[in-house]
Amino acid sequence: MNDQAIIVKDLVKKFGSFVANDHLNFEVSPGEIFGFLGANGAGKTTAIRILSGLSKPTSGTVIVAGFDVYRHTEQIKKNIGYMCQKFSLYEDLTVKENIVLYGGIYGMSRNLIRERLGNLLEKLRFREYENRIIGDLPLGLRQKLAFSVAVLHEPKIVFLDEPTGGVDPITRRQFWEMIYETAERGITVFVTTHYMDEAEYCDRISIMNDGKIVALDTPGNLKRQYDAESVEDVFIKIARPG
Amino acid sequence: MRTILYLIRKEFIQIFRNKFISKAIFAVPIVQMLLLVPAITFELKDVRLAIIDKDMTPESRGLISKLEGSSFFKVTFSTFSEKEAENLLLRNKNGVILHIPSGFGKDLITGNGGKLMVSVDAINASSAQLSWAYLNGVIRDYNAGLITENIGVASLSPLPRITITNRYWYNEELNYKYYMLPGILVILVTAIGFLLAGLNMVREKEIGTIEQINVTPVRKYHFIIAKMVPFLLIGLVDLALGLVIGKLAFNIPFEGSILLMFFGATLFLIAVLGLAVFISTFSGTQQQYMFVAFFCMIVFILMSGIFTPYDSMPQWAQDFNLINPVAYLMRINRMVMLKGSTIYDISTELLSLAVIAVCFTTLAVRRYRKTA
Repeated sequence: MNDQAIIVKDLVKKFGSFVANDHLNFEVSPGEIFGFLGANGAGKTTAIRILSGLSKPTSGTVIVAGFDVYRHTEQIKKNIGYMCQKFSLYEDLTVKENIVLYGGIYGMSRNLIRERLGNLLEKLRFREYENRIIGDLPLGLRQKLAFSVAVLHEPKIVFLDEPTGGVDPITRRQFWEMIYETAERGITVFVTTHYMDEAEYCDRISIMNDGKIVALDTPGNLKRQYDAESVEDVFIKIARPG
Repeated sequence: MRTILYLIRKEFIQIFRNKFISKAIFAVPIVQMLLLVPAITFELKDVRLAIIDKDMTPESRGLISKLEGSSFFKVTFSTFSEKEAENLLLRNKNGVILHIPSGFGKDLITGNGGKLMVSVDAINASSAQLSWAYLNGVIRDYNAGLITENIGVASLSPLPRITITNRYWYNEELNYKYYMLPGILVILVTAIGFLLAGLNMVREKEIGTIEQINVTPVRKYHFIIAKMVPFLLIGLVDLALGLVIGKLAFNIPFEGSILLMFFGATLFLIAVLGLAVFISTFSGTQQQYMFVAFFCMIVFILMSGIFTPYDSMPQWAQDFNLINPVAYLMRINRMVMLKGSTIYDISTELLSLAVIAVCFTTLAVRRYRKTA
């Protein structure tokens, strides 16, 4: 049981009288791509912030990478990567400076940083951007780079909060190729998105509504269960019943 | 330790990549020194004096010419009307009115003793007292001259007199620039310490990059130290720059050890930077931070004794100054620069600064939350 990447039991998070997460229960296996879906304000970001140790739950059990979120927050932080749409890299630093900074923060050796930097620039065909300031790069490139930085230290789990928001379809496709590659290396991917076509790429998805998880299964099973042609139809049926 | 170096490097890159800040941190000390040091002076000269001379005798004219010859006074108006003189006082055209009534000269000669009246604009109490003291001095001088003239020196000699020789220590020429310059240097490092680091911290909150840091295993004190170190170094560089300008432009004496002064400034900057980071943990926006930090800065500077004598402050104000880092550095700078005080002379100040620095920094680290 402890070999699960994420274990969540009866997770509750309240802000005053507002219940943002209402008794969430789920487990995520190592190497799985887990899609975390829900309408705006359903409580996805609250949950992802708790899982990544940025916020404390009100009650319930949360184990991430084998560590308890109440007591071993800093241990969790060593084992996860985190990327969100709004804020990720330092915009006034160059590509290289950002990578060196985060490599250093995670305690990677100078040689390892240099090696990963080289691989990364090669893989993303980013050589020409090495010394460019992040703020000058187009959003798609920035997001791809932010993702690469989030998994630079080879974490056990990577949390992606709407990583492809505002990104063009081609870049989104490339981005998902990177996610697949990452999962193949054994890194668990926990991703929230509003793009239902992306949900189809996930191994399993959960759908949240008003702070509760109302559906959780593989995209195929959910489509069968709700007699829907796509995850989008499933989502609409659940989020707006009737 | 390596982590801190990576973080410090990042801060330096960001500071020097910012075109405005990177220039301002060197321009500010230059402008501040050249502007404030000569401008802020308590020296009293050219006090504008209005004279109502209703006597018009050689005696009254003698007194007036003595006043005109003094560098403290400038006779700007002569009139026969009290009303006009008062009006001038009201419109800030004059600081002092000297009223010589008719019969002044006659009374002096007949031995009845002359009478004068002086009105002083006392909005600024200390300059009013000074003006009066100077005027009194000139009149007494004139009086003494009259006595020797009329009675003769010989008759005075049997009277025993106290002779006073005085010497002004540490600033013999009473040069106010020497007094103000160490204080202006303190204001300079205070501004660097208070404003830049705190704003930098809150900016990361506003942009959201602090989230990305909080989700890494970076230790709180690593992050905070990395925020403080660059501005500590910039503060010291600015202090050095200020000293060089002080030497070149105002030929300020430096009696003590420069190293000792920088040691004091280092403790001071740690204290102020710690407080700045502490305030930043409460602030969600740069606007909120500026408001609080500016308020603290003004209180600290005005209570530090930069303009007012420290010992004359009420007891509660002196008690408050026990936690005012600016007050300590104000004393350290003046003592080391002008008196050549040694580390033993300023050990209380240094020790207090060290305690404050540890307290504020600890508070900042404890208040900073990686997990909300």
